[in-house]
Amino acid sequence: MTDATLENAPNRFVRRETLQQQPAPLSVAGPIAWIRTNLFSGPVGTILTLLSLYIVVVAVEDLVRFYIIDAVWTGASREACLADKVGRPVGACWPYVTDRFQYFVYGSYPVAERWRVNIVFVMFALGVAWLLWNKAPQKKLGAFFFFVMLPLSGFILLLGGATAESLLRVLLLISAALAVVYAVASFVPSVAVWTSAPRRVAEQDLSPWRRFAGPKILILMALVIFGLVGVLNEQIGLPRVDTGLWGGMMVTFLISAVGIVFSLPFGVVLALGRRSRLPIIQLLSVIFIEFVRGVPLITVLFMANTMLPLFVPQEYSPDRLLRPLIGVALFASAYMAEVIRGGLQAIPKGQFEGAMSLGLGYWQMMRLIILPQAMRIVIPGIVNTFIGLFKDTTLVTIVGIFDFLNTIQATLVDPTWATPTTRTTGYAFAALFYFLCCWGMSRYSIAVEKRLAAGQKR
Amino acid sequence: MSSIPTETVSPGKASLFYDPKIRGYVYQIVLLAVVGFLIWSAASNAIENLRAQKIASGFGFWNNAAGFDVNQKLIPFSASGSTYGQAFFVGLLNTLLVAAIGIVLATIIGFTVGVARLSGNWIIAKLAMIYVELIRNIPLLLQLFFWYNAVLKPLPDARNSIHLPGSIYLNNRGIILPSPQFAPGFEAVVIALLVGIAAAVAFVIWARGQQAKTGKQYPNGWIALALVVGLPLIVFVATGRPLSFDYPQQGRFNLTGGVQIFPEFVALLVGLSTYTAAFIAEVVRAGILAVSRGQTEAAHALGLRSGPTLKLVVIPQAMRVIIPPLTSQYLNLVKNSSLAVAIGYPDLTQVFMGTVLNQTGQAVEMVSITMAVYLTISLVTSFAMNIYNKRMALVER
Repeated sequence: MTDATLENAPNRFVRRETLQQQPAPLSVAGPIAWIRTNLFSGPVGTILTLLSLYIVVVAVEDLVRFYIIDAVWTGASREACLADKVGRPVGACWPYVTDRFQYFVYGSYPVAERWRVNIVFVMFALGVAWLLWNKAPQKKLGAFFFFVMLPLSGFILLLGGATAESLLRVLLLISAALAVVYAVASFVPSVAVWTSAPRRVAEQDLSPWRRFAGPKILILMALVIFGLVGVLNEQIGLPRVDTGLWGGMMVTFLISAVGIVFSLPFGVVLALGRRSRLPIIQLLSVIFIEFVRGVPLITVLFMANTMLPLFVPQEYSPDRLLRPLIGVALFASAYMAEVIRGGLQAIPKGQFEGAMSLGLGYWQMMRLIILPQAMRIVIPGIVNTFIGLFKDTTLVTIVGIFDFLNTIQATLVDPTWATPTTRTTGYAFAALFYFLCCWGMSRYSIAVEKRLAAGQKR
Repeated sequence: MSSIPTETVSPGKASLFYDPKIRGYVYQIVLLAVVGFLIWSAASNAIENLRAQKIASGFGFWNNAAGFDVNQKLIPFSASGSTYGQAFFVGLLNTLLVAAIGIVLATIIGFTVGVARLSGNWIIAKLAMIYVELIRNIPLLLQLFFWYNAVLKPLPDARNSIHLPGSIYLNNRGIILPSPQFAPGFEAVVIALLVGIAAAVAFVIWARGQQAKTGKQYPNGWIALALVVGLPLIVFVATGRPLSFDYPQQGRFNLTGGVQIFPEFVALLVGLSTYTAAFIAEVVRAGILAVSRGQTEAAHALGLRSGPTLKLVVIPQAMRVIIPPLTSQYLNLVKNSSLAVAIGYPDLTQVFMGTVLNQTGQAVEMVSITMAVYLTISLVTSFAMNIYNKRMALVER
């Protein structure tokens, strides 16, 4: 008996050579098949597709007509945007946005002093890029810059006046003193009694320039930045600008920055407190977190606005802008704490046990082993919380702070640009601003999520 | 083999400073002392400040005359003769009203959009995606301003109302609908409806029992529908149709009759439900994606058609994933309804933290009461959720 292969098959009609591969028929592959399966699958699908196509065409046409074709692009006053003055149907009134753009960015901040805001904007962008860009060098220095230098120097630059000057003087003194201390310690490491003994020993073998490199670079940065601010103060002068004049995107970014700068450390502390074995610490953390998460932000803002002045002696009554800042910071901390707690819970027990078996204490364990891993996991969660915080900054409008949304609202009732289409234009501009910021952040968080998941993929 | 001499180190008496137990106590006592001091100093400052500003404290204001009016009220309320206590209930009911209707609408829109995002139809899936991305990335407050100031306020005045089919009028004072007038005898219809619902529930339970016992299936849906809709309808016709409508009439200057729905309410409702729906859509999508394809394929392999597969296999498993985040979205909706204050809808926050607080100046009391209400809603809901989660959690080995 022969083997049943193609060559010796008994039947004559069996083909003996393999056929060339044919391309898939048009009905199952290619653009036509794609259209059939994804757009016109069955009668219901076809009706739905046609209906939504119709809606899309009508909506897009209307939007394009209103915001681009019929829109007015140049003009000096409302006359340019009135249909009977122009003699044609009028869409969006863009000259209103370009005319008021400075106000949307700086609020009522004096024109001559706006360069200070610009410097802070640049520093803010630098800090954000440093922290968010994965490959950026010296992340610790970046964190120090964003969480310590930016708030302090930003405060001095934006507020100015005597308060800022004395604060600047104190900060310069502290940095100079620390610089001297570390300069001495570099040459005589045994002086550095405040560092742990093993570290002091480790620093013995290095050259004086490389000893205590970490703290020294931080101090250097502080000296440079505070020094530059001091030079600006001496040369140009930083007159006081009251917070009542602050407004626009500047305040929106300020509130979100304060929110993130305070909520991250507070959030870590609260999350650790909630997972603590000490009952009173745990109870207080749980009460704070659940209380804040259970009430709307508006009520927290109202509380900050009306009750904070009552809780402190009359002469220390907090500034009108400071009150919502405190409210937002507390509110964001509670949400951040829950995100970070999620990260802490995701760390396997073995990591805790390993750290403890190495003889690390609680804070060493958290700082060196647990938190670096936990924070890395929750970066997407932190960004998502921050998106929520960024959107929620609009609520300060309700307690009378002139954030970006409120500057838009304020210009809408201004008779200079009162036309039937001003409102729609202003809201579209605001929506575009918020959308671009939030959407960009969510794309970033998705990218991080993908990068973090790369290790888990099989 | 000689035994290796083992050196036993007796645990030396560590100094009290390094004893973790003692340290724990010290930390806690210090924290308690700090928190206690903060509360004490806040309270004493508050008492002093209130005395200096001559502001009363305590809840004596509750029965004082309110002296302001509210446009939308579900219970009788007037500027003359109503108290702050009644104002509280007016606000609370308005909050609950907008939240309840908002939750229903947001659920409907959210489930539709969530399913649409997973649709095989490319254009529908993309439209749903655009909706979700657009709505989620724009602040709710801006959306409320848009609906209220840019859509509803520019509508024509009452004289030039837009007339929609079904005697519905649209103008800058809101939507005017025909108002139902109940004649005596309508109670019978309501009773019939309740009886119908009870009968439908009873029937479904009985039918399930029968199916479990004998395998025979009944058309549950149709019979339940007949009981719930048919029974009241028969009673309605039998009692001589005890329901008529008061249609709004277009007068020369104004509309008369009908029932007015205020633009503030409409703007808040539309804004809240479309905003929350975008989040619900994502929750629903994640829930459906969490049910692995193998489940659907196994159900098909067992001979279930796509309808029963969805009903008996996919949805029950998806719901387990969907419900917890869905509840937190509902809670967000309730909390976000406090944005009503920005467009002047008289909800709890607007009435109590706005008007009443401005009139009495008693910040501590107003803020506490308002927060307590939201806190109660949140805590009760999450308590109920925990019970539900325990019941629904997978029983594992």
